[in-house]
Amino acid sequence: MMPVHLSRHRKSTLRKAAPRLLQYIVLSVMVVLILVPIVILIFGSLKTRGEMYSRPYIPPIPPYWDNYTKILGSRSFWTMLLNSLVVTLTVTTAVLFICGLAAFVFARLNFRGRDVLFNFLTLGLMFPITIAILPVYLVIRQIGLTNSLLGIMIVQTAFQVSGNVMILRNFFASIPFELQDAAYIDGCSPFAFFRLILLPLARPALSAVAALTMVVSWNDLLVPLVLIDKEDLWTLPLGTMQFQGQYGTDLALVAAFVTLSAIPAVIFYLVAERQIVAGLTAGALKG
Amino acid sequence: MENSVEERKETLSASPRRASLVLTVALFLLPAFILFAAFVVYPMLQSLYYSLFNWKGFGPAVDFVGLGNYQRILTDRAFMKALGNALIIVVLSLTLQLPLSLAMALMVGRDLPGRRFFRTIFFMPYVFSEVITAIMWMGLFNPDPDRGLFNAFLVLLGLKPQAWLGDPHQVLGCIFVVLTWKYFGFHMLLYMAGLQNIPQEIEEAALIDGANGRQLITHIVLPLLGGTIRTSVYLSVLGALQQFGVIWVMTRGGPVNASDVMATYMYRYSFIRFWLGYGSAVAFVMLLISLVFSLAYLRLVRQQDYLGGGY
Repeated sequence: MMPVHLSRHRKSTLRKAAPRLLQYIVLSVMVVLILVPIVILIFGSLKTRGEMYSRPYIPPIPPYWDNYTKILGSRSFWTMLLNSLVVTLTVTTAVLFICGLAAFVFARLNFRGRDVLFNFLTLGLMFPITIAILPVYLVIRQIGLTNSLLGIMIVQTAFQVSGNVMILRNFFASIPFELQDAAYIDGCSPFAFFRLILLPLARPALSAVAALTMVVSWNDLLVPLVLIDKEDLWTLPLGTMQFQGQYGTDLALVAAFVTLSAIPAVIFYLVAERQIVAGLTAGALKG
Repeated sequence: MENSVEERKETLSASPRRASLVLTVALFLLPAFILFAAFVVYPMLQSLYYSLFNWKGFGPAVDFVGLGNYQRILTDRAFMKALGNALIIVVLSLTLQLPLSLAMALMVGRDLPGRRFFRTIFFMPYVFSEVITAIMWMGLFNPDPDRGLFNAFLVLLGLKPQAWLGDPHQVLGCIFVVLTWKYFGFHMLLYMAGLQNIPQEIEEAALIDGANGRQLITHIVLPLLGGTIRTSVYLSVLGALQQFGVIWVMTRGGPVNASDVMATYMYRYSFIRFWLGYGSAVAFVMLLISLVFSLAYLRLVRQQDYLGGGY
């Protein structure tokens, strides 16, 4: 965007204003501070129970892999992983579908009462799940969906509606109206326009919403904690917390469990960082 | 430009046939509205009703106590302690965590080589679940110097090991450190996005006029970042008022309420004691506090945003 000579000038002045070396030193210290807890956790996970009783900052040499094989060999870890996957993928699909349709209507169609309906729907931004958890639990109990993955999915989806309809509506509204005119002149129905033209154009926004929803759903502790008693239905965060409670004295084993349950999130983050960041900034800065 | 768009909207609404438009609107909105009405709005209304009863969750609510539950909350020292703790976290976030995020964003800047790498590392804790974060840090805070990193260092330096999470005077500080580790990257991200939106020409002009780095930041960058800062403050306060997961996993609000916040207080009354009427009332007090803050903040502070509705 910038003319070349200006940006070169800018770089040279900036270098005078703030010495780069100092910047790198401070930032590197910060990187170390961020990574220390993670590294110590991994150290611990590769130690024997006895080694856990020595200095925690000593690297585990040679690494002791049995903590990992023990957990990967148990059925419960895989059950939790599967439960989390099923919940997260279903919720994400549902959020994309439900919020996409609603956002399209609010952004592209004109009808009486549109603003009233939109404002009603975005009221949800004021009822975060932490505050609403007891009220929601009572309703889920009334319809008999406690102790079911379906219950978790419904609640997580419902509380994602308001924010994501808003993000997607803002995006859909930014697509030129000429496209819509042309499509209607060519005999396109509103739904065909939505499916054939708007959705492909909106892919960046949809993937941002999807990535963000996945992170929120995957990490959610509160909803499963409140709705689920049965061990077979624990999701990864709930199961990790219960595992810590149960094996709290075997710190090395707990560390291995926590490391394993963090791996999917880290992989996902490294793959979808751009989408997560885009979703968060769109949500926060337009909200 | 503006006009032609308006005209288009008008012609558009007329172009598909009326009936098909109504049908589309209804069908497309239905799923969102059913979910929202049944699982967000209705539960809140129902609990508003239950909050007027002394109700343990079995059978219909019959023991009507009016505003008794609310009165009890406001006179309960444990709730006041939880509210006070939440406010301490708010104050610490605003005075320490946000300035740190802003400083890091300014330091990473717009064109530092390696910018992407720093962003990736700093933001990473945000994607760890609260459970993982909490357990990770419980290990570091382990009071046994042979197992907890912090006490191991203290002993190494010849100092006395601390109780950390077990000490009522230290526990809140420890939790704040954990929350900062997890969330400062998020605020840094907002500031980085805000910095991108400041036209570089303005900074150029200031530099050409002889402004130094500090003047550039205090007189140009910070004022122009005002909207982003106000958004970040808003989200930070709301987040602190609704904190639950990290604290619940690490301390359950203990020792003796020392790290209790509103959400852990509500959870304990609702799902451990099963005082569901009382828990409902706590939820509404929390809602009221968040709402009053939101409305006051949006009215008093965000109104001045001169950069427009964007941020």
